[in-house]
Amino acid sequence: MNYLLRGIGVVTTVGMISLLSFSLPSPSGEARGDGGSNTLPRLTHKNWQQECASCHIAYAPAFLPKASWRRVMGGLDQHFGENASLDPVTQADILRFLEANAADAGTSRMGNRVMQGMDAKAAPLRVTETRWFVRKHDEVSRAVWSRKSVGSAANCAACHRQAEQGVFDEDTVNIPK
Amino acid sequence: MIKSLFRSSLAMLSMVSAVAMAADSPASLMAHYAATAGVPVSALSATRGETLYRTEHPGRNAQAVSCASCHTANPTQPGRTRVGKQIEPLAPAANPQRFTDAAKVEKWFRRNCTDVLQRECSAQEKGDFIAWLSQTK
Ligand code: HEC
Ligand code: HEC
Ligand code: HEC
Repeated sequence: MNYLLRGIGVVTTVGMISLLSFSLPSPSGEARGDGGSNTLPRLTHKNWQQECASCHIAYAPAFLPKASWRRVMGGLDQHFGENASLDPVTQADILRFLEANAADAGTSRMGNRVMQGMDAKAAPLRVTETRWFVRKHDEVSRAVWSRKSVGSAANCAACHRQAEQGVFDEDTVNIPK
Repeated sequence: MIKSLFRSSLAMLSMVSAVAMAADSPASLMAHYAATAGVPVSALSATRGETLYRTEHPGRNAQAVSCASCHTANPTQPGRTRVGKQIEPLAPAANPQRFTDAAKVEKWFRRNCTDVLQRECSAQEKGDFIAWLSQTK
């Protein structure tokens, strides 16, 4: 009973949030200007920020095309070896946001760059597998990626000190020892 | 007519949200899990909770995993995810936000128990787990 009520509460809250976001200029999430080629548009989306940033930074939607996000969001119960499953309402809400701001949505310069050199049909599961990422990091040696202080190429924040704020400029990079 | 229907459904909605927003606590969650398991709260065991936390299970690449792998041997200390992001301490003594949101607690039990134990945790195990963490100083 308690859970039923809670469920209704969640549905109404989510419903209210999506209603609210329809009155914003973009389908959901608010873009406050694209701050140059290596700074991402500031996006706010409650569910995305809450659910996709507990194990790693919330990877910007502009890092992958829509088809990739559909694959990622369709397999959350087996997410790179971990269980990141969500209730269907939250999952659909996050996917809608990711698609609306994806690399091929034409909403950011970062996205345009990611799409350069990507096959039209490609749907990579990882940002770190895209040609764009590999090119940007060709000066980083293999030994660096496996340093304990880095752990994984997916750990953007290990080297990009302002990754959580969507800033990837050269002068904010600091490779840990 | 339509107007009053609208008004009463609004009132109902806000009541429902009020219930959903009501803060949970380690004690209320322990009571909830004990009731679900059909035992009194006094039957929850901090000792069993600690065992659940520390017991290692075979994981990927033949590496042993336990709750402590991410939450560390000492749950009053911050932990680390597989990707390297910091996890705030799990013990309420060090992090009062813990065990104050039933939906969040359920979500992470479901995920982490299936990852570590290859099955969901029972209500009794969840109660034991919170019993141990809430007395960890
Ligand atoms: C329970 C923890 C957890 C949650 C929650 C989670 N992830 Fe992940 N994610 C991981 C792990 C572990 C990896 C693999 C990282 C690695 O290989 O180092 C990963 C990797 C990724 C990658 C690929 C990174 C790369 O290598 O380029 C993407 C994209 C991703 N996650 C998206 C999401 C999205 C979107 C959400 C929210 C719906 C989410 N994640 C929530 C644990 C999580
Ligand atoms: C091991 C450290 C390290 C990790 C981890 C890392 N990067 Fe980088 N990144 C670098 C370095 C070094 C550069 C090159 C900076 C330069 O141009 O001098 C770079 C460049 C970039 C650039 C281009 C910046 C520019 O000025 O041209 C972007 C965008 C970027 N990284 C995004 C990411 C993302 C997204 C992740 C995580 C999925 C990530 N990086 C993980 C070290 C890292
Ligand atoms: C792979 C890493 C990992 C492992 C292993 C792990 N956890 Fe977690 N756990 C997390 C992360 C990440 C969070 C969310 C962190 C946050 O919200 O600050 C979390 C949060 C939780 C929460 C939510 C508490 C709250 O109220 O916020 C519970 C309960 C929990 N874990 C239980 C367990 C149990 C039980 C085990 C062992 C069976 C376990 N965890 C093993 C990563 C892990």
